Amino acid sequence: MTAPATAEPPLRVLIVDDEAPARTRLRDLLGDIAEEQPSAVVGMAANGAEALRLFEEQGADVVLADIRMPVMDGVELARHLGRLPQPPVVIFTTAYDQYAVQAFELAAVDYLVKPVRAARLADALGKVRRQRPAADHALASLAPAARRHFSVNERGRILLIPVADVCYLKAELKYVTARCPEREFLLDESLVQLEQEFGDRFLRIHRNCLVARSAVIGVERVGENDGDAHWEVLLAGVPERLAVSRRQWPAVKQALAL
Amino acid sequence: MQSIEQKPRPLAVVGGPPDFRNLGVLLRLLLLVNLLAAGTVLIAHPEPERLHLNLLAMAARLELPLVLVTTLLFLAQPWIANLSARNGVAVIVVLAVGVSWLLHPLLGRGVAEAVDLGRWLGWTLSATAICLLYFDYHGRRLSPAVTEARLMALTARIRPHFLFNSLNAVLGVIRSDPRRAERALEELADLFRAVMRDNRELVPLGEELILCERYLDLERLRLGERLQVRWDIDDCPRDALVPPLLLQPLVENAVYHGVEPAAEAGEIVIRLALKGNELRLEVDNPLADAASQHAGNRMALDNIRERLMLFFDLEAGLDIARSHGRHRVRIRLPYRRSSK
Repeated sequence: MTAPATAEPPLRVLIVDDEAPARTRLRDLLGDIAEEQPSAVVGMAANGAEALRLFEEQGADVVLADIRMPVMDGVELARHLGRLPQPPVVIFTTAYDQYAVQAFELAAVDYLVKPVRAARLADALGKVRRQRPAADHALASLAPAARRHFSVNERGRILLIPVADVCYLKAELKYVTARCPEREFLLDESLVQLEQEFGDRFLRIHRNCLVARSAVIGVERVGENDGDAHWEVLLAGVPERLAVSRRQWPAVKQALAL
Repeated sequence: MQSIEQKPRPLAVVGGPPDFRNLGVLLRLLLLVNLLAAGTVLIAHPEPERLHLNLLAMAARLELPLVLVTTLLFLAQPWIANLSARNGVAVIVVLAVGVSWLLHPLLGRGVAEAVDLGRWLGWTLSATAICLLYFDYHGRRLSPAVTEARLMALTARIRPHFLFNSLNAVLGVIRSDPRRAERALEELADLFRAVMRDNRELVPLGEELILCERYLDLERLRLGERLQVRWDIDDCPRDALVPPLLLQPLVENAVYHGVEPAAEAGEIVIRLALKGNELRLEVDNPLADAASQHAGNRMALDNIRERLMLFFDLEAGLDIARSHGRHRVRIRLPYRRSSK
């Protein structure tokens, strides 16, 4: 038994994998290496969204996350966790895939290849206390696809907003407002980054505004009489109309095939 | 030139006369002779204003002998196949020239202007020679050696993703359910045996079905209740001969793209049916991830398509359709019964 391990409290571990035997395997292994690296499994989840729920209730020091999962994959989970005030360290687990492994090395995030070996797991846990969570841009480089959810931290609760529900994103002062049909949320992200990540889904109509292409139901010319003539976008699901800037109009016109 | 008697039927023969009972050969033959005829007309009478009349005159002279020769070759195929390559070629030449000669007096009137018998027979002889050379070249290109090498290279491989996930799943249940782990390892061994064996010969469909069942049982270990399978295979002969590893890669694709990315249970439907003399295999899965059209998926399908082409030429086909939130792959191939 090594001295430093006993001096500190056991690591609280959250296991995330969509396959039951894979979860069992990690739990068994954590038990096997308990002498060397004491840990307590605080929960097991079948996808990223479930893991966030569990994390909210229990907290954790380490999240062992599979990459390929339904609903929310491991990389997106890590990005949402990374926005929290006290983020856990995420260690990815993946079945052999040489390209994924290269990406992990480049992004300097920790990973385990399945089937996971006990010694390798103990090593990874041993490094956790000295480690800081990976940067968001490094994580973003791992996933070829955009996130499927936005996450908002509201009074200690993690709210997940499906990207598909958002009608438009509008920059106001420090924050970006994400407008859904029922209500709006404040995102702690920049509009430029959002446009880069979700360029397929959202269209810039103004310096401070991106609209979901799928929500657009029409455009209208207004202000012809009072000298401030401009176009406005009409959206399904929300009553407000959004102004298109003169600079963006040619691009908007082309994108909407008007 | 090698003789063709001992060649296994599914593989194309080396050089010599082609298999005149193969749909692809018949279509190619008709197309080639008509192209030669059109080319001849263009060279002999290049004036554009009378082109259609000249083509019509050529067609009037050509089509009846051509259809008759083709029909005779179709009927005589088993007999021609038993001759040596040289005798086979001689028989074909005699047949083509003989039919042309016999029909010449009949077709020299009417629309067609009378053409000198010698020139007509000369044309027939050249066209026959060109066709035989073409089929000889085509046969060599698809010769057993080349075909087998391509089949070996094309045989489906097991995805590393699948292997390592399966091993991981076995390790996951080995303590709690050692018997289940044993069964899974046996299934994994069977799958590997199937992938690594010599896959150049057709196999009975029944074997392919057993392989699919083993594969699915292995996936069920990982995916549990999420994997639902419906078999609709009652009207299908188990003795039909199919290329090895034809169905399993399709089912594997269905699991990878239709079941794994979805949180809820997904149902794969496997339908096999015999329609007349045609075998139809269909695998149908939910479109869990509409956006993803994986390169791997296309590769597996291109691989199957090419193997079908090598085994059956134009008589087999593969098509893909997406509708009502489901992805469907359908294969049709000629029904051949195993002799066993």
